[in-house]
Formats: sequence, structure tokens, C-alpha cells
Amino acid sequence: MSGRGRTVQVVVDGVAVEAVAGQSVAGLLIGMGRASWRSTRRDGRPRGVFCGIGVCFDCLVVVNGVPDVRACQRVLADGDVVRVQDGAEIAEV
Amino acid sequence: MDRVVVVGAGPAGLAAAWAAASAGVPVLLVDSGSAVGGQYRRQSGVRAARVPAHPLIEWWPETSVWAMEPVAGGHRLRLQTGAADAPGRTMSTVDTRALVVATGAYDRVLPFPGWDLPGVYTAGAAQALAKGQGVAVGRRVLVGGTGPFLLPVAGSLLEVGSRVVGLVEANGVSGAVGWARDPLGALGKLGELAGYGAVLARGRVPVRFGAAVVAAHGDSRVEAVTVARLDAGWRVVAGSERVVEVDAVCLGFGFTAQLELAVSAGCRIQDGAVLVDSAQRTSVPGVFAAGEVTGIAGAGPASAEGTVAGCAAAARLGRKVAAPAAALRLVRDGRRFGRALAAAHPVRNGWRTWLSADTVVCRCEDVRMSDLCAALAQGALGMRAVKLVSRAGLGLCQGRVCGRNVGELAGTPFTQNRPIAVPVRLSDLAAVEDEEELS
Repeated sequence: MSGRGRTVQVVVDGVAVEAVAGQSVAGLLIGMGRASWRSTRRDGRPRGVFCGIGVCFDCLVVVNGVPDVRACQRVLADGDVVRVQDGAEIAEV
Repeated sequence: MDRVVVVGAGPAGLAAAWAAASAGVPVLLVDSGSAVGGQYRRQSGVRAARVPAHPLIEWWPETSVWAMEPVAGGHRLRLQTGAADAPGRTMSTVDTRALVVATGAYDRVLPFPGWDLPGVYTAGAAQALAKGQGVAVGRRVLVGGTGPFLLPVAGSLLEVGSRVVGLVEANGVSGAVGWARDPLGALGKLGELAGYGAVLARGRVPVRFGAAVVAAHGDSRVEAVTVARLDAGWRVVAGSERVVEVDAVCLGFGFTAQLELAVSAGCRIQDGAVLVDSAQRTSVPGVFAAGEVTGIAGAGPASAEGTVAGCAAAARLGRKVAAPAAALRLVRDGRRFGRALAAAHPVRNGWRTWLSADTVVCRCEDVRMSDLCAALAQGALGMRAVKLVSRAGLGLCQGRVCGRNVGELAGTPFTQNRPIAVPVRLSDLAAVEDEEELS
């Protein structure tokens, strides 16, 4: 991890969490023991990471009110607010 | 126009950038990651590769090429730069007479009942999370599929503390070692193979040939999988099914080339890869391709192809470049290795019998096998009709994951023709159009 030791403060589903600088949203969530954080649009099936490299769009998450952010591609920044995505959501902003 | 643009900063793209810059040509190296190295060198920390320290190389990280189009004398690339999937990323355009497409490839995974449960990962995902993020996808993990890539994946899982309860290779042992028997074809991979063998032995990982994960079980995540023996055509041998408790399973059945840009450029595609000549020229003048996008052979040959492509691209811009003899030889050997690899690790048709009617075939749109059959029964002919009636391949991933599988299940080829190569937020697209109207 680049800059191991340096941390960023984020909020995941309403809970304050410390992440390592350079960590992806998926890296943080899986490290927290989570396997899923999204539900599919049609059948509401739970989903988390599948491809891990930005191809499949299974790991979508809401970051700072913006839905459809790939958790495996997004690097956490200080103050990011991350939450589960329920089906197809509209941006809060 | 007078600089080489390289798309993709994996082993092929980095080598291409270095070769072109060494020939005296300015290079723009574009990559969607925040660090270079591609999927081979994971994108973070001490393991990450470094941008070649050449004053003529300019590197744009976190930059996706979302479309390209021909312009007089070359091609125009449309780029967006900024944090992944964030709105308001910087939009820009770049024109070039010498483009190197080094966009790589991604895992192919076959569908089976339960494959969309959380805890089912591609082998590449396990690798990315282990090597790039230092996290393990599970405590008890099973690795399966076909091909030698499964070995380093199991090794990486052991490194981050997972217990790898098994590695199942769907092809038989004779095929799986076939490529390694060809001394030139194996490209000295025997040593690497022996190294992984030792790692797996130390981790007490049982390895089975001629077997596959054919079902995953669990409520909201994987709790167990069914492993079955396969016949030579990959049909399940009745009575051989065995349930194994796991909290994660990682699968890879070879790779699919990332073809959008090559297709947009009009490059000829053959057997799922960009067709290139000995100088890595595609069928389109001014467009070169290198690495896994031209066929799967690993990082060494990809890097050699990059060197050749970089030299050829510099020559296209008028530089006198000596033929890179060593790289050309490595490219030839790499192609031979790739062919041996593909022959030793085919995907056999019998996987289609693993599916039941309610097995998800398209993950994005929750399309099940029964939906696909219904579309075909309604007379959907050709992929466009299959997609429109069943919705397979119409979700966010645009068929990247399901396309080949749906194509094989429906008996009609699935192309990678995506004019917008990566998703672009509508507001960003609108902003580009507004600007163009003004100018």
C-alpha cells in the first residue's frame, strides 16, 4: 500500500472508519469482512466485488451521494462518505 | 499529431512508451489506473511499476479513453481524467498519427448455479485484492478454472493468509502440462511452474485435474461449493459431486481481450484478438497493438510486443529505428507459447450443461438461462435481437462478462462494438457537446 501508515478518515454506512491511504473502497470493505454492498436492480440480489479490475460493474457503491461508483476502482479520499447502493439510484446532489 | 499515444500502462504499454521515446519521439502514456503496471504489476505500493524515467514520456494516470474516431491523417481520442466514476472529470481530446493500443485482457468466467453469489470472484479479482490491497477475499478459498494463471493466484492467496482448500483445473493433467513440454513453447516457464508447485506444496494445497466448481451455495454469500469430476468434454461425471465448505471461490477460464478501442479504430479482429503483423501493425494504418489484446501469452511476450510496437510507431513518425532483434525473437517465441497455452487449456462445450433454467447468465440485468431460452424460442435471431428480447448484455458492463458466454449459449457471436468504450456520465457527455457547438 502506498504511504502505509498514513490514514484517511471515511464514513461507511454511517460509521466512521479509518482507511489506509491509497486503499480502494473495495479493499477497505473486504478488509472489514464485507462480501456485498449492493443489490441488483431487477431481483434485488446481493453483490460485491466480482472482477476486481473495473470490468464487471458488480461492486457499485454510493460515494458522496453519487451512485454507480466502482468500489474496486475508486481510491478513498479523506472525508469520503460511502454507503450501500440499493438497485438503480439517482444521485443525491 | 507528432507524438505517439500509448493506451494502457501495463507491461506492453510501458515497453512501447520506452521504445518510442528512446527513438526520440515524444510519447503520451494514458492509463485508467492511478499507478502504472497494469494488472500484472499491481497498482499500489512497493510492488507497483514505475513510469519509465524518460524526459519524452508524459504520463496521464486515472485517464480513460471513452471513444475514438478517425480524423485526417490519424485518430482522435476522447479522454476523461479524474477519480474513478466521479462526475465532472476533465474531458479532453488528443490527436495522433501513431497510436499503440495496449489495453490488455480480463478473466473469463463461466456461469453456473450460484455464480452470482457474493464470495464468488474472478481469479484476477483475488489477485488484485491480495497483491494490490493486501486483503484476502476469504479464509477458506477454492481456486478453479483452467490455465497456469490459477497457480500464482493460489500463491497470492496463501501470502495474504487464506487457506486454499483446493485448486481444480478443468482440463486433464496431460493437457495442462502439454505446453510446458515444448521447451521453446514453454519459454523457460518450467522454473516458474516448479516455483508455484513448491509454494502450493508448502501451503498444502490439494491440486485436482479434470474437475470444476459446478455450483455455489449460500443465502447472501457463498458458504459452500459443489466440485465435480468432468469428462473430456467437461460434462459432469454423475455421482462425482462433492460439497466443499468455503467462504470464497476464485475462478478463471482464460482471458478475454479488451477490444473496444481496437474495434472502434476498425482493426481486424481474429479469434477474439487484434490481428497484427510482425511489426505489431494492425490492419489500420497508424494503429499498433501490443500485449494481451493481441493474444494471451503473459507479461514477458507482452513487453516484447510493446518494444516492437513502440519502434514501429516511432518509425511511422519518421524516425530511423533499428529493428529490435531481441524483442522480435521474443515476440515469435511468445506467439508460439500462446498457441501452446491455448491448445492445452481450451474451454470445452460441456460447461453449458452445468446451467439450470434459473441460472443467471447476465449478472448486470439478472437475465436467467430461461429468459435466454424464451428469447430464442420467440425467434430472436442474431445477437442484437437476443439482447433486446432477453436484455442480456445490456447492463452497465455492456456484455463484457456475459458476452462470450451468452454468444455460445445462444449460438450467435457477440461482438465488442461499443462506440462509448467506458461509461460516461450524461452530464459530462453533454458538457463535451456544448463545447463543440461553441467552437
